[in-house]
Amino acid sequence: MSKELCMVLLVLTMAIITYLIRLLPMLVFRKKIKNQFINSLLYYLPYAVLSAMTFPFILYSSGHLVSAIIGTAVALTASFCKRSLVTVAILACLAVLGAELVIV
Amino acid sequence: MTNALTYKKGIKDGLPICFGYFAVSFAFGVSVVGQGLPALIAVLMSATNLTSAGQFAGAKVIIEASVLVGFGTFLQIILTQLVINARYFLMSITLAQKLDSKWTLLDRLLCSFGITDEIFAVAVSNKSPVNRKYMFGLILTPFIGWTLGTLCGAYAGDILPDIITESLTIALYAMFIAIIIPAGIQDKRVFVVIAISVALSCAFYFIPFLNGVAEGIAYIICALVASVIGAIFFPVKQKEALDE
Repeated sequence: MSKELCMVLLVLTMAIITYLIRLLPMLVFRKKIKNQFINSLLYYLPYAVLSAMTFPFILYSSGHLVSAIIGTAVALTASFCKRSLVTVAILACLAVLGAELVIV
Repeated sequence: MTNALTYKKGIKDGLPICFGYFAVSFAFGVSVVGQGLPALIAVLMSATNLTSAGQFAGAKVIIEASVLVGFGTFLQIILTQLVINARYFLMSITLAQKLDSKWTLLDRLLCSFGITDEIFAVAVSNKSPVNRKYMFGLILTPFIGWTLGTLCGAYAGDILPDIITESLTIALYAMFIAIIIPAGIQDKRVFVVIAISVALSCAFYFIPFLNGVAEGIAYIICALVASVIGAIFFPVKQKEALDE
């Protein structure tokens, strides 16, 4: 088996596993869940997942801690002002870029 | 987000995700090709996987194993994906509860491919049940952005200086913040859950011994514990959960 073919097979293996993780609940949990605890859990879960994925990792997302902190502060401020997803993302990138230009 | 959930609305809601994905997958392309992964393999990975953390981890396994690939490498890549992408399982359960009655089996088979953190978060943040056409629109542009970004990063990454690619990395995290903060302002209970989750995540990152736990597992533990605390102390009424 050539090296490239092997890489393709590994990539497809990843794709299949990832797809099955996403697909199974869509097929299994078709009826509405009535349990209040489960529903509350599912209501909070998305926000909890995103929070845990963002902090503290955002602080190490750029080359320097200082520029990342500035970018994070800008993202938080823009979000508190209810800016759209894309606006917040662009402002944070520009803030990091500006800070990096000053530091380096 | 009070408009009807049409295909067009899906495309529109998907655009910011598309731009964010372009930036992040551009960084992905630059990074993995720089480490020795063939550009076409990187593009194939983005087009078939559509996931961030899982791809970074998977690419790492492939790059390190490229000399000697055996059964062990396949096992390693399967386990990596299971652990890192387990969160999609939970998101998929939540999303399955919000679909309207018109979803066919084929719709479920197709849309499942596109359940990512951001697409999921935007889809469930709508007040009304999720319509299938809306979901197709919401998945389409991010998918294009993610694949195209990898392509550009893989082939043209060298042109851009490091400082640009480094500044792009924050884009996805900034989008996460833009999703959780407004939700927290609207519902104080969500804010408490967010705070708990962040505190736990920081504990897993900074406290010795705890920081030995793999990132993909740590996310899930933090999110589950925070959500269980939320569900116990601030239960959400049935109707409320559907409305929000």
